[in-house]
Amino acid sequence: RDSLFPSSAAHSPPAGYPSILLLNSSPPTNTSRLVLCPPRRKCSIPGPSDHETNHTALTNGTAHQKKAFPVLDLNYEHVHAPFEISLWVLLASLMKLGFHLIPRLNNIVPEKKVPPVMNADVFFLCLLPPIILDAGYFLPIRPFIENIGTILMFAVIGTLWNTFFIGGLLFAVCQINPGYTMDLGLLPCLLFATIISAVDPVAVLAVFEEIHINELLHILVFGESLLNDAVTVVLYHLFEEYAGAGTVTVLDGFLGIICFLVVALGGVLVGAIYGILAAFTSRFTSHMRVIEPLFVFVYSYMAYLSAEMFHLSGIMALIACGAVMKPYVEANISHKSHTTVKYFLKMWSSVSETLIFIFLGVATVDGTHHSWNWIFVTATVILCLIARVIGVIGLTYLMNKVRIVKLTTKDQFIIAYGGLRGAIAFSLGFLLNEEHFPQKKMFLTAIITVVFFTVFVQGMTIKPLVELLAVKKKQEAKRTINEEIHTQFLDHLLTGIEDICGHYGHHHWKDKLNRFNKKYLKRYLIAGTRCEEPQLLSFFHKMEMKHAIEQVEKGGGSNVPSALPSTVSMQNIQPKKPTVEPERMLPKLPKGKEDEIRNILRTNLQKTRLRLHSYNRHTLVADPFEEGISDIILRKRVIQKQKSLNTHINNYLTVPAAPPDTPVMSRARLASDPQARGAKYNADNVPTFQVDLASPQSPDSVTLLNELKKVEDQGLMMKAPSSKSMEGERDQQKLTRCLSDPGPSADEDEDEPFLK
Amino acid sequence: MSQQSTVHMPCSLCKNLNSIPDLTDNPIKNQIINAFFDKRNQRNGEVGTYREIGFEEFLMVMSHFRPTSRKTSEEEKKAIRKEKLRFLFNMHDSDSDGTITLEEYRKVVEELLSKSGNIDLEVAKAIADAAMLEVASTNMPDMAPDYFYEGITFEHFEQILSGLEMESRMHIRFLDVDTNTMRCDRK
Repeated sequence: RDSLFPSSAAHSPPAGYPSILLLNSSPPTNTSRLVLCPPRRKCSIPGPSDHETNHTALTNGTAHQKKAFPVLDLNYEHVHAPFEISLWVLLASLMKLGFHLIPRLNNIVPEKKVPPVMNADVFFLCLLPPIILDAGYFLPIRPFIENIGTILMFAVIGTLWNTFFIGGLLFAVCQINPGYTMDLGLLPCLLFATIISAVDPVAVLAVFEEIHINELLHILVFGESLLNDAVTVVLYHLFEEYAGAGTVTVLDGFLGIICFLVVALGGVLVGAIYGILAAFTSRFTSHMRVIEPLFVFVYSYMAYLSAEMFHLSGIMALIACGAVMKPYVEANISHKSHTTVKYFLKMWSSVSETLIFIFLGVATVDGTHHSWNWIFVTATVILCLIARVIGVIGLTYLMNKVRIVKLTTKDQFIIAYGGLRGAIAFSLGFLLNEEHFPQKKMFLTAIITVVFFTVFVQGMTIKPLVELLAVKKKQEAKRTINEEIHTQFLDHLLTGIEDICGHYGHHHWKDKLNRFNKKYLKRYLIAGTRCEEPQLLSFFHKMEMKHAIEQVEKGGGSNVPSALPSTVSMQNIQPKKPTVEPERMLPKLPKGKEDEIRNILRTNLQKTRLRLHSYNRHTLVADPFEEGISDIILRKRVIQKQKSLNTHINNYLTVPAAPPDTPVMSRARLASDPQARGAKYNADNVPTFQVDLASPQSPDSVTLLNELKKVEDQGLMMKAPSSKSMEGERDQQKLTRCLSDPGPSADEDEDEPFLK
Repeated sequence: MSQQSTVHMPCSLCKNLNSIPDLTDNPIKNQIINAFFDKRNQRNGEVGTYREIGFEEFLMVMSHFRPTSRKTSEEEKKAIRKEKLRFLFNMHDSDSDGTITLEEYRKVVEELLSKSGNIDLEVAKAIADAAMLEVASTNMPDMAPDYFYEGITFEHFEQILSGLEMESRMHIRFLDVDTNTMRCDRK
């Protein structure tokens, strides 16, 4: 097995290493340690095999310091593997950063261009999963399912066609040009063709993300690259097994088909099971929000590994896991966890992608793996292109007979042009056993050439071609609520029409699936009452949240979400009723006072929130930004409550008191100033309203208190300053604060489920 | 329309549509049924509702769900889209006055959410208000503060839903139509 960095495995750490790096933590029995390692000298690590040489070196050079205590020492072997990995990741990220700082370079050259050598295991187990998980978790389900037929056709039939076409013709080429390097049987050719014919998700993602093509084409090519993994796995193992034997019988072919179904469906099943488990687990994480992202990652990775263990399709397992768990997990986890998941996935997949292309580059430069053969390589490249084009044209012709949204010639061109090969092909080639396949080096060379050709030539030119052909680009516009309402409406309408016709079309089945989902799955997988929330409501809440965030960024504002800068407000829409003024149900309040109420509420809310910092490891520090959002939403609710209460509390008059203190001040006064308590209690029997905003257990609760009880409270206890009343005009309602200490589990409000 | 040739329906359709079992779970069942009996969908310029409809009327309504093919030109596509949007508009505009008022829109949202458990009416109202506000802001961004926006006209409706590509979304494949659910009430 090749090591991680074969080029450097033979050497000790490069001479340029800083010599003083680490304190030595090797066992104390080893006395032959160097105190300071000068740069030019070979810094050998005390190990059993080096013992003698070290000893002699030491005794030679340091006869005077026999038993000097090693103040600083170098032990590179100890951290050798993680150190080098981290170094490469750092270098890769720095280079990625560098590319972005030189913008012009970025336009000409896509950013996938730097060097390390690869271990196939590292690739499949560490580098590939993050990218696939990122893709699967954020897969747009609706277009995927709508086009699933086309995608499957391209993935299965297209890949099979590619394989047999390329394999067969290569074999023919080999027969025509016999030479010792080209003595290939049919099976090795087919195996090679299998490796080279699968469209690669990493490369497709990398290139298509930059060109912002319309959703349909993106999902077609990308979906194909994901689903053809099953085909590749089966064919690869099939041909590899029997390449030694030399023949493949019909029985083997038949078994191969069964194997394909097992691999594909098995992979999906494994992924779905892990996805359900993850969703179920997330239902119970409301008290331990910090580890929620971990569940998402670990369950998905386990799904991948389990599938790989049984030689099922790991990629499909990962996609299934991500897609299945996403709707339920999102409803359960907090906003912060959702952000964490999103950014970690993006970060890991970005780093992985860079590393993969670095490895590919190094593998190219590293000559030991190559054996160039003009005929073979050029034949491969040309055949790949031709096979792809013919395959796409043929399959599109077939699919257009059944599709509603037909694929135009432009679409076909982009699909064909977007069939990029990438690192998966290379790694599969790398895994070949050299004894069975003496032409492994030739294969690798050809694979690298094809990969480079597709990624560089096709990848770089696809962007100008997209512009040239005026292919429809991705719609960047946000989804409006009208569109959402009408999408739902259309779904129901079409389902209804189908039911009237008695036609069980795909709307009917989709509706049945939704109902099954709601009735059984959501009840068990989503915590609390969220399971009954219809999609329109979640969309609306999400929109409200977004607007609230925007308001916080702008710094407060109106209480109506308005996406566009316009002068239209609610007044324009409400029908004019002569008796009650539309939104303003506090008729006695002049506008200035209302704003003042709002300001005071807002500042008080923010200050109280800031108090709730807790340095407990199990809760997160309160984030002022997030607080703003909950503030705004709370504020809206408070104002609504105000309005509803307003009608009930017309009769309470109090002596005008001083303007309410901020909680900080009132607390300070309460604690230190005994007079504060007594001065305000003029009307003993006035029941007061206490809006308990500081206590997260009941943010909106309004309770009626009899303040007589409070008089006996001691000074240092947090007491509700319940009789603080506001100025005369606000006699409709008295807002007070309860300053109870919330305790460690205080941050419930912030950790509301994401979609709230 | 020729695809419906497998349906044998020589008699008139009454409100038997109500008794189709699959429709009971549909939140907008009533609106769908009313759409069949709405004269505005017959494209003959009349307004009102029928009491009974015959096969031709049924077909007229179904024809709104035609898919487009590759051969339709741009203008035809636009016309088809307009027709489908008109159908939707008629479904919302229950009093046939040519505009969708706030009340009617609120009712639409309430109906949509009606089968999803107990929904706070306030929320439905809020959603409808926000949607209406959006329509108003998109179409008439510089409205004076005391101008009253009466309702969504058909042009505004078209505008607001222009992103949805109606001509390809609102279609049914008429390939296998099962005739058992369509009953005649001829006695």
